[in-house]
Amino acid sequence: MTENILNEMNLITPVMLIPLLPLLGFFITSLFGKQLKHASGWIASLAILVPFICSAYIFMNTDAATSFEVPIFDWIAFGKFSIPFAFLIDPLSILMLLVVTGIGFLIHIYSIGYMHHDEGFSRFFSYLNLFIFFMLLLVMGNNYLVMFIGWEGVGLCSYLLIGFWFKNQSYNDAAKKAFIMNRIGDLGFLLGMFFLMMMFGSLEYKTIFSKASEIPVGNSLIVITTLLLFVGAMGKSAQIPLYTWLPDAMAGPTPVSALIHAATMVTAGIYMITRSHVLFVLAPFTSDIILIVGVATALFASIIGLKQNDIKKVLAYSTVSQLGFMFAALGVGAYKTAMFHVLTHAFFKALLFLGSGSVIHAMGGEQDIRKMGGLRKALPITNFTFLIGTLAISGVPLFAGFFSKDEILANVFVHSNIFFAVLVLTSIITSIYMFRVYFLTFSGEFRGTEEQKHHLHESPATITIPLIILAVLSTVGGFLGLPSVFHATHKLNAYLGNVVPSLSEHEVSHNFEYILMGSLTAIVAIIIFAVFNYFISKKNMPEANEEEMNPVGRFIYNKYYVDEFYNAVFVRPIMLLSDIFLVLIDKLIIDLLVNAVAWLAISLGKGARLVQTGNTGFYVFAMVISMIVLLALQFII
Amino acid sequence: MLTLVLLILPLIASLVLLATRGNASRSLALLFSLVQLGITLYVWNEFRNTLAIDLPSKFGFVKDWISRPNISFNIGLDGISMVMVILTNLLLPLIILSGFNRTIERPHIFYSLMMLMQSALIGVFVSFDGLLYYIFWELALIPIYFMAFNWGGVNRKAVTLKFFIYTLAGSLLMLFGFIFLYWSNPLHNFNWNDLVNNHTCGCNQTWLFWLFFAAFAIKIPIVPFHTWQPDTYKEAPTQGTMLLSGIMLKMGLYSLIRWLLPIIPSGVMQWNSLAIALCAAGIVYASIIAIMQQDLKKLFAYSSIAHVGLIAAGIFAINVQGLQGSMVQMLAHGINVVGLFFCADIIFNRTQSNHVEGIGGIRLVAPQFATYFMIVVLASVALPLTNGFVGEFMLLYGLYEYNHWLAVTGGLTIILGAVYMLRMYQKVMLGESVMENMSFPDLLWNEKVVLISIAVLIFFFGLYPKAILELSEPAVNFIIEKSLIK
Repeated sequence: MTENILNEMNLITPVMLIPLLPLLGFFITSLFGKQLKHASGWIASLAILVPFICSAYIFMNTDAATSFEVPIFDWIAFGKFSIPFAFLIDPLSILMLLVVTGIGFLIHIYSIGYMHHDEGFSRFFSYLNLFIFFMLLLVMGNNYLVMFIGWEGVGLCSYLLIGFWFKNQSYNDAAKKAFIMNRIGDLGFLLGMFFLMMMFGSLEYKTIFSKASEIPVGNSLIVITTLLLFVGAMGKSAQIPLYTWLPDAMAGPTPVSALIHAATMVTAGIYMITRSHVLFVLAPFTSDIILIVGVATALFASIIGLKQNDIKKVLAYSTVSQLGFMFAALGVGAYKTAMFHVLTHAFFKALLFLGSGSVIHAMGGEQDIRKMGGLRKALPITNFTFLIGTLAISGVPLFAGFFSKDEILANVFVHSNIFFAVLVLTSIITSIYMFRVYFLTFSGEFRGTEEQKHHLHESPATITIPLIILAVLSTVGGFLGLPSVFHATHKLNAYLGNVVPSLSEHEVSHNFEYILMGSLTAIVAIIIFAVFNYFISKKNMPEANEEEMNPVGRFIYNKYYVDEFYNAVFVRPIMLLSDIFLVLIDKLIIDLLVNAVAWLAISLGKGARLVQTGNTGFYVFAMVISMIVLLALQFII
Repeated sequence: MLTLVLLILPLIASLVLLATRGNASRSLALLFSLVQLGITLYVWNEFRNTLAIDLPSKFGFVKDWISRPNISFNIGLDGISMVMVILTNLLLPLIILSGFNRTIERPHIFYSLMMLMQSALIGVFVSFDGLLYYIFWELALIPIYFMAFNWGGVNRKAVTLKFFIYTLAGSLLMLFGFIFLYWSNPLHNFNWNDLVNNHTCGCNQTWLFWLFFAAFAIKIPIVPFHTWQPDTYKEAPTQGTMLLSGIMLKMGLYSLIRWLLPIIPSGVMQWNSLAIALCAAGIVYASIIAIMQQDLKKLFAYSSIAHVGLIAAGIFAINVQGLQGSMVQMLAHGINVVGLFFCADIIFNRTQSNHVEGIGGIRLVAPQFATYFMIVVLASVALPLTNGFVGEFMLLYGLYEYNHWLAVTGGLTIILGAVYMLRMYQKVMLGESVMENMSFPDLLWNEKVVLISIAVLIFFFGLYPKAILELSEPAVNFIIEKSLIK
């Protein structure tokens, strides 16, 4: 016990350094960006590397039973209520710290190469540092309000980075859309916090979770609270109906898509629900909703991915779809499995995005896969690593995605056959669109311009090294969570076991596990062959424009017209309402009333003025009349 | 005694300034306001070290003034007054400094009026005698009227007249209310303590509520009493608008807490659900209008209506988080709205335009300005760690405790606020420049000082709201205790 306390004391400095250094990096790169020039890239990277080392140090010096708080200062206090600014260090936050700083660091390094020619180089790194700072607050907070700081803060950075090239107004539109849709979710989060404050008199995890045990399962207040928190998660993690901002967010530079819109920020919703699993376990209704939303999002987004031709758009819909998988896991109570998929997805999706960035870089900004092809030769490292990412996301055995996805499927199977079937279908679709992208980009003949062909080159080391590291992680990352079929320990489950006890995770029979793995592997093999055959051997191309598509294809290509629907149902009516309020109510009705009052006053004045004739005779007459009236009144009273 | 100093110093400044001419006037005005700020900080520190309920008397000054009717010159400071005094004296140097590098005619009169206004505002916030308070309330109207009338925009005459009559009409109702309270109070005086401890019967409170509410609702303004405001904000000179929106409208909010809740409690109990509903509807109404506003100053005016609507709603919820939230948010809103109008002024000063569609691409040429403008925008959309968040969070929680659905309605402000603010920022600051040969110099020194100060204040109160919360909590608890009496 004393040893533990001593240990925690020693860890306070690294804990403090973790969020402090990115913040410092933000200030340095934003204030002295002009003087530092390209040095700001390395400074910003260092500001993430040291926190990564600190996180690793904390990881090494703690065990699965660790859980301690680091108070910083009292933030808000009123009445009996007090919300501290404090951190919580336990396996769940340590895991997230490692992911955020680790992947974050790789992407910083990558960006040094990728953003080299951009005039906003320093500004870019200052935003990235600020993002990491807020992301760290999000995962380190010991209460919901500190999480909310990070939650809104990463939303701000996402806004700043999507609209990084602010000369382009359509990018700015995308940035604004992301911020506003997230704010819709945030209102849910905020109201959820109010319910928590009312029920538990606190926002600290420790207090809430210990008091929650007294609440019966299915309590309606808990159901409402968890639903509201889930609305917050929907916004941040791009689930139906708040997902449409994420594909648009691809307007940002590619490293941003990898870091924020694939590996870290968008998984905040999953982190939040896992952190609050004590509450969600008490609300089976909410869990069912989460399952339905997750599965539906996984399926619908993956179908859209089939018809997109922008390499980043495909990956964006794939991210939405994979997040749906994670929510499906949360919905069946497999919280650790969801975190496992967060981890492997961070590896392979960051890899895929960075790979696409390398391709875009080589193609001089081209993102349309119809104009690529045959890049295998010119970009060998990118090709190889992208292939690994594709294999990982498709769930080919031994690659990272295989284990985590398999675990999700097994957990959902125990819960419901139908949802299991839909998710299997989704994972089949996933491998189809991913190999479609891979083959169209890297195999076959080059279809771009002569000039592009001339410029094709492998990216510099700052880009390829992160790719290689992520490829390694995407290959071996899955071994952290080997299923029991392999007679190995599930390291991740063991590590998270104290924070998230196994409550409803059912074991499927080993036979079923073998069948599942075997059949999925066979299906993926068939798909790889079929997709190659269709696009490369037979040289079929995606349609050049919408007119050539059949109605179903066009419907999918246009993302089911959801954006158009939102515009017609929400955006336009509000604009119309704005005009009506101003012109009709403000200007017409209210001002009319005000003017009527003024007019009344003026008329009264005019009336009274008539009495002031200046005629002495009239005044005398009036005086006499008044005196008579007064005298008469006195008699009467 | 210290309160008296705070009240009189600006008055002296106002007289002294009349004797100066040209640039010396504003430099001297700045100097006076800084001295005033220094004294305020000293008082603040003294105040923190004295944690007693009976503060008004410690810092106060009481003298019999008129015996019939019984009016005393009774001024003092409790936590609520202290916050308002801090707000006033913190903003005034910034407002004066924002006028540097601009030319105006007859600056000595302009700044003399401004100092007179400061004195009147302090008077409103420290008076503990109803009629004395009323005198300062009316006195505050006079300088701002002349500032808007003589230094305003093209339509200033019609607009300022409307503003003047509108608010005067409200004040008149309040005066009737005070006279009634004077007679119904067994001690026959206007003393705040006596009014708080001797409530008039509930039958009278039913209608008395509306006399006071109308006066305050016009000043705040609460929809539908707001139509004087957007035009006035647009036509008044920027510094006048800053005074109006930053400090003067807080007179209305402050008065709800000081002169309505504890004095007419059963009237409030009877009507506050209606008042809150009005405020909540006003939040959504004004936010939606702001979305399509084409004039920068009017857009900020409507956004201000939405923000103060939330503050008023939180006050009427009569719970500690609502009232404490209102204290934090009054200060935050004052700082942020001054920042917003200053940014509008910077743009107008360089482009002669405040039309949202007609400008654009400013960020390209003035990156520093763009950064500070962004910070102010973020504070006003209540991003956590800025001053706007703490207040809004507490106010919404106050509303939530009163009624869950009202919190949802009021909470729409965090979505709609983002919509109109980001739309505005995108059109004005981002994109390619739409103006040909635009010369848009980045910030001048005085502009930089003002905006840096505002940014510092934004983060200071966002990180350390306790500075305010600890000041006002005892006084707020006292108000709640008195307001919830049956």
